[in-house]
Amino acid sequence: MVSRSRKGRSWLLWLLIIPFIALLIPQFYNYSTPTFIGIPFFYWYQLLWIIITAILTAAIYLLGA
Amino acid sequence: MKLNPVALSVFIFFFLLITVLGFVAARWRRGNLNELAEWGLAGRRFGTVVTWFLLGGDLYTAYTFVAVPGAVFAQGALGFFAVPYTVLVYPIIFILMPKFWSVCKEHGYVTAADFVRGRFGSKGLGLAVAFTGILATLPYIALQLFGIEVAIQVLGFPVEISLIVAFLILAAYTYTSGLRAPAMIAMVKDIMVLIVVFVAIIYIPIRLGGFAHIFAAAGAYVKANKAAFPSFVGITLTPKFFLAYSTLALGSAFALFLYPHALTSVLSSNSREVVKRNTALLPIYSLMLGLLALLGYMALALPKPPATGNGAVVTLISSLFPTWFAGFALAAISIGALVPAAVMSIAAANLFTRNIYKEYFRPNATTQEEAQVAKLVSLVVKLGALLFILFVPTAQIIQFQLLGGVWIIQTLPPVFIGLFTNWFNRWALLIGWAAGMIVGTLMAFAGIISGTAKVLSSVYALGGILMYAAVWSVLLNIILCIVLTPIFEAIGAKRGTDETSASDYEAPLVEPKEVGREALG
Repeated sequence: MVSRSRKGRSWLLWLLIIPFIALLIPQFYNYSTPTFIGIPFFYWYQLLWIIITAILTAAIYLLGA
Repeated sequence: MKLNPVALSVFIFFFLLITVLGFVAARWRRGNLNELAEWGLAGRRFGTVVTWFLLGGDLYTAYTFVAVPGAVFAQGALGFFAVPYTVLVYPIIFILMPKFWSVCKEHGYVTAADFVRGRFGSKGLGLAVAFTGILATLPYIALQLFGIEVAIQVLGFPVEISLIVAFLILAAYTYTSGLRAPAMIAMVKDIMVLIVVFVAIIYIPIRLGGFAHIFAAAGAYVKANKAAFPSFVGITLTPKFFLAYSTLALGSAFALFLYPHALTSVLSSNSREVVKRNTALLPIYSLMLGLLALLGYMALALPKPPATGNGAVVTLISSLFPTWFAGFALAAISIGALVPAAVMSIAAANLFTRNIYKEYFRPNATTQEEAQVAKLVSLVVKLGALLFILFVPTAQIIQFQLLGGVWIIQTLPPVFIGLFTNWFNRWALLIGWAAGMIVGTLMAFAGIISGTAKVLSSVYALGGILMYAAVWSVLLNIILCIVLTPIFEAIGAKRGTDETSASDYEAPLVEPKEVGREALG
């Protein structure tokens, strides 16, 4: 049986704001260059954030928020 | 389109395989199927692996294969909002879903409407949430059926016949097996879909000369045919569309888990931790969606691009793949649409049976009767979706899902905010909901009503600001809830009783550890 302590590291959840900021302000990434294997920046930037957000949520899960 | 025997036989083979699996699923982890909970939630027994497939299966639908590439084809960069949308879903569900799972487990809630009724002590509010859930699911199911139609059309079949056959298969095995049918098939489907996606992402760009060439050719083609692309924003956005882009993403992200079928998937897993664990596993699906979205541009880079976005992916498949693989790929797409259509119709049926039928018509219905009614309703819901396809313009099919989003997001105040606080007055919530529904619907249909547009439009301009109609309307909804609550309290409108307590939303002190075979689901 696994017991979970109530005293959370709930501050970690605030880290989840980061993807929102990174993605909801298109002004930040609305560019064609630099390209990656021919894909314009606008597209590969967002694809990259899929991976970053996944790592972020995995880290938060494992650190036990 | 000519009937190709090789593609057709491969296609039929995989469909038969699925049909057999669907009937076998009834045997799997046999519970008393006649109990609604058994039928609707597969007895809450699914472990991590299965839940992952089921949740992922929900994401990979005709939306992924037809609607989003089609949106990128027709609208350029604006259509890519689906990627930030699915990325933002994870943090949202990571925080909200474990709470939802816990409180529902504690009180035996099976639907969002159950929760809302318990939290706010309001049957009316529960009814509103149930009604919205069923309504919003209709265009979403219609989108799936449309996806099958498009896939089969490319094989050379007359559209109506293929649509009816697929519909019948779907109806038949969800009727007999409930949620288990989609789960088993979801695994097969996901493997098929994964194969198709990897081949498509690697093979097609190479065939077409690399991404740099694809983007250049796509841009050039649209420029040369401007009249055929009235909604095309550009390979990147223009400032006018920045807010439209972010609100489409944000609104869709919040809306996704308010759908009955998504909540069904969450409630059918056997632990709150499984839900959390899966949010970290789901991004692989997001990545695939993003890469598939780029197929919209690849279709534009073909020597002979299709006429509309809806045909983008299937045209790529039929013109670039060998026929046997085309048959396999089209089967993957069609099965990919069948699974979510099944899950969605089951979820809508659950909602109706518990929160409308049992609540208002037959409070003394036995669980057997509930299960029977649910089975019938899931059929009716599918028929409703069929009518949607036949009578609502389908030129930009992604608008169907965006319309569903406009409706379902109106349940955000009671369902999501309700997970944190019961401060809102139930009457304020009802009025907010009604206002949001009306305003959102009018915005979506504005173009059609005024005759200036032939399709639904999900983005609407107010005061020169262009935003997703769901966001406009839910903001109105929330503002009304906030403003009206103290007013209703002041005039003494009775607060409903909250039957939940704060600890219901947290993890229990001891979690059963998932072991080996259990984890496999």
